[in-house]
Amino acid sequence: MAKQSITETSPIEVYRLLPRTNCGECGEPNCMAFATRLVNRELALEACPPLLRPEYAGDLGELEALLAPPVRAVRIGEGQAAVTIGGKYVVQRHEFTYHNPTACAIAVDDGLSRDRLEERVWTAVGFSYNYIGRDLRIDAIAVRSVTGDPDTFSEAVALVAGACDLPLLLCSPDPAVLRAGVEAAPGRRPLLHAADRANWREMAELALDSHCPLVVSAPDDLAGLRSLTATLRAWGINDLVLDPGTFPNAGLPHTLRNFARCRYAAIRGGDDLLGYPLLGAPIAAFTGAELDPVRCAFDEALSASTQLSRYADLLVLHGLEGWSVLPTLLWRFNLYTDPRKPVAVEPGLREFGAPDRTSPVLVTANYALTYFTVESDIKSANLSCYLVVADTGGLSVESAVAGRYFSAAGIAEALSSSGVADRVDHRVLIIPGLAARLSGEAAEATGWRVLVGPKDSSGLPAFIKERWPPGPA
Amino acid sequence: MNGRDLVGALGPELLALLRTAGRIELEGFSLELDELELRLPRGAFAAPAVGSAPPEALPERPTELLPAEFALERTEYPGRVREVVLGATRREGGSRARALTIGGAEAPAFALFDRPIVNRPVIAMDVFDTRVPMPKALRAPFEEVRDDPAEWARLNVSRFKAKVVTVHLLSTDPLIKNATPREAASTVESVLQAVDVPLIIGGCGDPRKDADVFAEVAAMAAGERLLLNSVTLEMATAKTLETVARAAADHGHNLLAFTGLELNDAKELNRRLYEYLPADRIVMDLTTVALGYGLEYSFSIHERARHAAIMGDAELQHPTISGSTNAWAAREAWMQMPETYGGPELRGPLWEAETALALLLAGVDIFMMSHPAAIGAMRQAIDALCTWPLEEVAEGRANDWVTARFGGET
Repeated sequence: MAKQSITETSPIEVYRLLPRTNCGECGEPNCMAFATRLVNRELALEACPPLLRPEYAGDLGELEALLAPPVRAVRIGEGQAAVTIGGKYVVQRHEFTYHNPTACAIAVDDGLSRDRLEERVWTAVGFSYNYIGRDLRIDAIAVRSVTGDPDTFSEAVALVAGACDLPLLLCSPDPAVLRAGVEAAPGRRPLLHAADRANWREMAELALDSHCPLVVSAPDDLAGLRSLTATLRAWGINDLVLDPGTFPNAGLPHTLRNFARCRYAAIRGGDDLLGYPLLGAPIAAFTGAELDPVRCAFDEALSASTQLSRYADLLVLHGLEGWSVLPTLLWRFNLYTDPRKPVAVEPGLREFGAPDRTSPVLVTANYALTYFTVESDIKSANLSCYLVVADTGGLSVESAVAGRYFSAAGIAEALSSSGVADRVDHRVLIIPGLAARLSGEAAEATGWRVLVGPKDSSGLPAFIKERWPPGPA
Repeated sequence: MNGRDLVGALGPELLALLRTAGRIELEGFSLELDELELRLPRGAFAAPAVGSAPPEALPERPTELLPAEFALERTEYPGRVREVVLGATRREGGSRARALTIGGAEAPAFALFDRPIVNRPVIAMDVFDTRVPMPKALRAPFEEVRDDPAEWARLNVSRFKAKVVTVHLLSTDPLIKNATPREAASTVESVLQAVDVPLIIGGCGDPRKDADVFAEVAAMAAGERLLLNSVTLEMATAKTLETVARAAADHGHNLLAFTGLELNDAKELNRRLYEYLPADRIVMDLTTVALGYGLEYSFSIHERARHAAIMGDAELQHPTISGSTNAWAAREAWMQMPETYGGPELRGPLWEAETALALLLAGVDIFMMSHPAAIGAMRQAIDALCTWPLEEVAEGRANDWVTARFGGET
């Protein structure tokens, strides 16, 4: 039987199990408000201190069960650097929201020279891309044993563990090799890849001895995967990750089918043997007939994005060039934003540099990416200006114009409520190039002269240089 | 060992005790609750309450694998997306070599592969009728034909094997060239003569001008079953929607209903169009935003639309289109960036393919695309995904990556 979906759980059900003292320790006005935020998964049970007292242990247990995701959350690594994967409530993002962004691991191997190994780890650790005010980064390192030699693997793992504090995955079908790796990274709680039909006993022992989470591998064999998880659970191992197989190129439908079957079965069918995080291996793109590394990295990036779109909770990647990593990290970030809330910034007036009464006045949308892009272009060009951020419902200029969220009337409203008219002596407004068709109406609605700015804000410095101050109309 | 490590080490046992005893005392040991709360393994309480979890008192560790099976029943959905035919052959009153059908989906796209694909997703290749600013990497493959829409269309079909061509009549934009409807129709006529695939005709986005242009083109190309791209709620406000809808209805064309990431708007626009033409002549454009610029909104709106359609919402049971060339609006597609990010000739097509591929999985039926490398990648994915029947066991060794040595280090 399927577990009751998170979207069917009512705040009342949750409220009944809370202390109902309205003590306010959680920061909410009362227990009902807290219950509502719990159901929305905006807060965790641990935010209610009284609930953690022994007298509520029974209620806490029931609440945990009621609110537990049908796909278990599994932690890899220790301390600050740990990453939690899985913890999924829904199949499709719009049904609720996706929790625990897919962890992206870069693979290194024990066949590399010491220098090359370190270089790859440092490149992975050092990768960073600033996107709407956040740094997009690699989350983990996967160490593969290509030599099959425990000592060599042990050295490689020790080197990687010393070079970074990211969570680790250790990959080899040979339990003796993995054991050597685990011992070379004490206290790191690496994820072990993988137990299969052949080696599961030794892998189970290793997982129990080392308290490490364990991947279960059964390529294109979900009955086998269930058999393995059932057995390992009977051994008392619950921190499992499923690898149903990532097949390169023409294997795409098999890959997607297995991932979807696992997710549908776990979430909609209540199959808790498949209710574990899923591991995808876009790195498989490098194992096909294609030898050109650029082509392989291109295919890997596309494979990564399909697996992100389709339920992967952890990805193992090989390509380390920015161009192939960036789309993966971006799409991961985007998919895990809350679809219930637009990624918006507060509408209102922003000042840049040291604006005076002759400085330009610009208007833009309140979609976070639009705003941060414009902001960064203004700052890097050291422009002094006023920027009016209109409420476009969190949509970009182009979408907001098309959907009529950015209109002449909206511009007039944003301009007047910004109060910028009191700060400048001129009455000239620069609108985004993508809103060009609003220029006539905007001039009418605001009574300001309207200049159509560049379509991309990277053109702002040149535009201001050429067009400001504007000549007579 | 601090309290956090202790809980980590005892984990399940401690929690099982808590669950059964309701209270626990650890002798000679005190623990701050705010330390404890950080480390309660999520779900540790939950498993026994759910589904078929094993009993708490475990028997001996099994020495052989426990048997298990897997079966997932095929879900039947009450609704189905309508089919729309693009292009008309001579026999059907047009001049195309063949017509194409899109739509017909009756399940989420490319998820469980438990039924054949009704109609393969289609890729239409763009032609622009006038020079507009375009990233160099995007225009490079078309440099020689940029001033001749008919030649451009021919190149798309002969060299790049386009099955559909989109002619974007940007020259009609009052802010660009303000070309007349007559001039626009003559461009379309030349493309119809140059190639024999179905056409999509794009306007400039001005609700009044587009209405005049579409009316003229519709009459000139009567019977060709063009897809007019697009009609909008803005046209309803500007009172030009009826002109275009009647022209499409009278001359046997399809309409593309464009709305901005808002399903209620999409439904409203469709309801207005039903007054003028059959519902199986309407395709929806729910808006495609580039990766990094809101693709997730496009992705989820398409997943929602498809879900509503197969669950029976007749007003959303229309095939959808994606203007995936929009991916090039992302600066990451065309900007010069530090060396590790490669050049736009690599990043641009990747961006376009990433954007299209995400929407392919969300259920989009037809894609307007530009760069041959992006199109190649999409075709490869579509070919693989439309394989039917899909063998029960995958070809190839999925786990080679674990131990493989890669020669071409990247």
